[in-house]
Amino acid sequence: MDLAVKLSILADAAKYDASCASSGTDRRHSGPARPGGQAQGLGSTEGAGICHSYAPDGRCISLLKILLTNACAFDCLYCVNRASSNVRRARFTVKEVVDLTLDFYRRNYIEGLFLSSGIVRSADYTMEQVVRVAKSLRLDHGFRGYIHLKTIPDADPALLAEAGLYADRLSINLELPTEAGLSQLAPEKDARAVRRTMAQLRGRIEEAKAEARAPRFSPAGQSTQMIIGADDSDDRATLETSANLYGSYRLKRVYYSAFSPIPDASSRLPSKAPPLMREHRLYQADWLMRFYGFSVHEITEADGMLDLALDPKLAWALRHRGLFPLDVNRASREELLRTPGLGRTTVERILSARRFRALRVEDLKRMRAPLGKALPFLATIDHRPRVSVLDAANLRDRLVPPPRQLALGL
Amino acid sequence: MTPRRVTLAHDADVAGWRAAARSLLAREVEPADVIWRVGREAGDLFADAGEDVESCEDPAPTRAIPRAFVELAERALLHSDATRFDLCYRLLRRVAAERSALDDAADPDVARATALAKAVRRDAHKMTAFVRFRAAGDGSFASWFEPEHHILEATAPFFVRRFAAMRWAILTPERSAFWDGRELTFGAGARRAAAQADDAMEDVWRAYYASIFNPARLKVAAMRSEMPRKYWRNLPEAALIPSLIAKAGQATEAMTQAAPTPAKRNPTRLRTPEGAPAPVGQPDSLAVLHEEIDGCRACPLWAPATQAVPGEGPKDASIMVVGEQPGDREDIAGRPFVGPAGALFDRAAAEAGLTRDRLYLTNAVKHFKFEPRGKFRLHRSPKVDEVRACAPWLARERALVRPKLVVAMGATAARAVLGAPVTVGERRGRVETLPDGSVALVTVHPAYLLRLPDREAQAREYGRFVDDLRLAAAYLDAA
Repeated sequence: MDLAVKLSILADAAKYDASCASSGTDRRHSGPARPGGQAQGLGSTEGAGICHSYAPDGRCISLLKILLTNACAFDCLYCVNRASSNVRRARFTVKEVVDLTLDFYRRNYIEGLFLSSGIVRSADYTMEQVVRVAKSLRLDHGFRGYIHLKTIPDADPALLAEAGLYADRLSINLELPTEAGLSQLAPEKDARAVRRTMAQLRGRIEEAKAEARAPRFSPAGQSTQMIIGADDSDDRATLETSANLYGSYRLKRVYYSAFSPIPDASSRLPSKAPPLMREHRLYQADWLMRFYGFSVHEITEADGMLDLALDPKLAWALRHRGLFPLDVNRASREELLRTPGLGRTTVERILSARRFRALRVEDLKRMRAPLGKALPFLATIDHRPRVSVLDAANLRDRLVPPPRQLALGL
Repeated sequence: MTPRRVTLAHDADVAGWRAAARSLLAREVEPADVIWRVGREAGDLFADAGEDVESCEDPAPTRAIPRAFVELAERALLHSDATRFDLCYRLLRRVAAERSALDDAADPDVARATALAKAVRRDAHKMTAFVRFRAAGDGSFASWFEPEHHILEATAPFFVRRFAAMRWAILTPERSAFWDGRELTFGAGARRAAAQADDAMEDVWRAYYASIFNPARLKVAAMRSEMPRKYWRNLPEAALIPSLIAKAGQATEAMTQAAPTPAKRNPTRLRTPEGAPAPVGQPDSLAVLHEEIDGCRACPLWAPATQAVPGEGPKDASIMVVGEQPGDREDIAGRPFVGPAGALFDRAAAEAGLTRDRLYLTNAVKHFKFEPRGKFRLHRSPKVDEVRACAPWLARERALVRPKLVVAMGATAARAVLGAPVTVGERRGRVETLPDGSVALVTVHPAYLLRLPDREAQAREYGRFVDDLRLAAAYLDAA
C-alpha cells in the first residue's frame, strides 16, 4: 500500500482524538553542548507548544497524530475503528512511522508525534509496538521533539515505565463520563482499569519529579478525553468526572470531543451534527473550575446542563445579579475574576493600574477589557449601571451574542 | 535646543537604540527633541535638521533600568510601527524617574507599548509555527517567509536550537538568515522564487492535512483567527483549504445519510493465552477476599475512588492493625498505610518494637472518601452507614487472620472493631477482651498526630501513641 494512502487511513482513524498539546515538557535542544561543538540529534522543546497549522475544523495541528494500526479487537460503538466496522484497515511498520515523523519534523510541519493504536493481539503486544517507535526515535535518531503516546489499559507496568522514559506525555482515554455509559457502548473497555492505569501514571510522574535519581517519566504529565453526546450523560456528570480526574490523577488536561458522524457508523448511535457549542461550553466550564475557583454546582444550570447561548461565567453572573455591580476600584481579585469578560490578565492589570489612578471606563478600554460583557456588572468612577438594567428581565437577551454561523465564510 | 538625530543601522537594531537611548537619557534630552530614523531612509523631512548623537560616547552608567522594561522594549522595538523608537524612549525616561511606571497598565504609553510587544511576540510565534522548509537536492533546506514585523534576527536562534544539525536558510523580503551547521549569519532580503524547489514530501503532508480534517465540524472562522490568510500563500497545505471547505457538507451528509452496513463478520479477537489456568486463589484465601473487596458496591464510595484498598500482611499475623480508611496515596497505590500517616505509623511501630512486615494492616472502610478540590482531594470522614456497609469485610479479614490482638486506631476503627461508638480519649491505652473473646486495644490514629498544631503537643501525643503500641508489642510473639 502506498505511503500516502496508508497515512490517509491512519490519520483519518486518529482524528477523533482531540488532544493536540505539545507544551509543558522539559526544555531540550539539539545545538552543540558548548560553542563550536557538534550538533546533537534533531529537535527542541521550549516550554510553549506550537500549532504548526490549522484545519478548516478550527483545530490545531501540532503533532503528527496517527494510529500504528486501525485494526482493533474492541467493539466500542462510538469508534470509527471498532472491530465490527467495515472501514479500510492499514498498518504502519515501526520504521515507517519513525521516518515519517523525522521527514515532517525537518520541514517544520510538526512539533512531534502523537501515536496511538487499535488493540491487536494483546494489550502488551500493542503497547510494545507503540513504545518501539518512541524508542527508535529517541535512541536511533536522537529525536528531541515532542512525543505523546497513548497508553493501552492494563498493559504490563514494565512497558508503561519504558513508555514514560521516551514520551513527553502519556494519555489514556476514559471516553465516556459514566461507567454505565461505558459498559453500554464499549463493553470491552473497563473504566476501573483506566483509573488504575491513571493512578499508576500519577505515581510514576510524581516519583520522577520528586527524586532526582528516579528515571524520567512523562514530564508533560498525562491527559484524557471524554466523548460528548454519544451517551445521555449531562454536563454536570461530565464535569464532576473531570473534577474527580483532575483531583485524583493530577491530569494536565481533560479533552472533550463532540461525538461526530463517522464513516460506517453504528445504527445504535445518533447520526447528527456534532454538538460543537456544547463541547465549547464544557471547555469554558473546565477552565473556570481550574483557574477561577468555580465549583461544578455553581456553573451548571438547575437542569444539569450549561447554557448554550451564554458563556458559563456570564450565565453564573446573571443568576447572581445581587452580587453586582462590583466597584472596579475596590473589588477583590476573587470578585473581579468572577466578573463576566474579565480574564486573569485583565484582572491583574486592573489591580496594578488602580494603585496609580481611580479607573474610568476609558482605562478599562485601554486595558482591553471587553466592555460589552463587563460593563453591566461593573462600576467605575464615571459609570454605574442602573439597578434597573441589572434587574431587567431582558438583560440576558441583550447579552446573548447575535447568532453567527460558525462555519461561514472565507 | 537643537534636535538630536539618531540613525539606527537597520529596523531591528535594538542594540543601536539601546546605546543611543542610554546616552540621551544621561543627558536628560527630552523625547520631543529626538529624531529617530533607520539608515538610508530617504526623503526624511528633517534630514538637515539637528545634530547626530554619537551612540559610542557612553557616559557613566545611569540609574538601573527595571528588567521588565528591557523585556518590553526589546519586543516593542521590533514592531513595524514607525513611532516605536520614540515611544520606547519616552517610556524609558519615565521608568528611569519612577521604577514602577510600567505597572500602570491603564497609562496610554504603557498600554501602547504592551500592545506592540504583544503583536511582535505573536508574529515571532507564528514564524516558529509557519516557516516551511523545502529540501534541496544537496541535503540543505530553504524557506521563504514574510513576517509582519522585524523579527528575523530575534527568531532565527529558535531554528538553530531546533535544527542545529541541518543546513538551512530562511529568506524574507527584508533580511535573510543562514545556518551552515556552525554559524548563524544574516544577509540581504530575497525574493520568493529563491526558495521554490520541489519537495515530494509536500504531497504526503497535504495527504495528512486532508485526512486529519473532520468535515463534520467545519469552523472556518476559528481556523482563520489562528492562521490568518496572509500566511496561506507560503503554506503548502493551505492550497487545499477551499476545496476541503467546499466538499465538507457533502462529505458529512454522506456519513450521516449512509445506511448502516452489516457488521463485519469475524472481527479480530484478542488472543488469550491457551491452557493457562484461571487465576483463582484458594477459596477463602486472603487473595480471594481481596478480589471480592475490590468488587464491593455495598455503598457509593467505590465510584469516585480508584480501587478498594484491602489489608496487607501475613495471614498468620498475631496483630491486626485497623485504621479509618485509605487516603489519597493509598488509593493510588492500592496498598494501606503508604502515605504520610503510614510513614508516621511505621516510625512509631518500630520504636515500640513492632515491625511492619509482621503485622496485618487494614482499614475499617476500604474505599477512600474524598472531595476533589483542584489538583487535590480533601479527606472526608466516612459516615456510620458507610462503616457499617464495610463491616463484613473487616469481619472476614479477622476470621481469616485470627489475630491475638486487634489494634484500632482512631474513632472510626474503634467503632468498627468494638461494634459501638467509642470515645478514643477514654478508651485508649488498655488491652480489653471483647464479648466474642477477641482481644482489642484502642489508640489514636496517626493522622491525628499530624493534624496537631504545635510541636510540643505533637511530641507529647506521639510519645503516648508509642506507649500504646508498646502494649501491643507483647502480643507479637504470642504464637
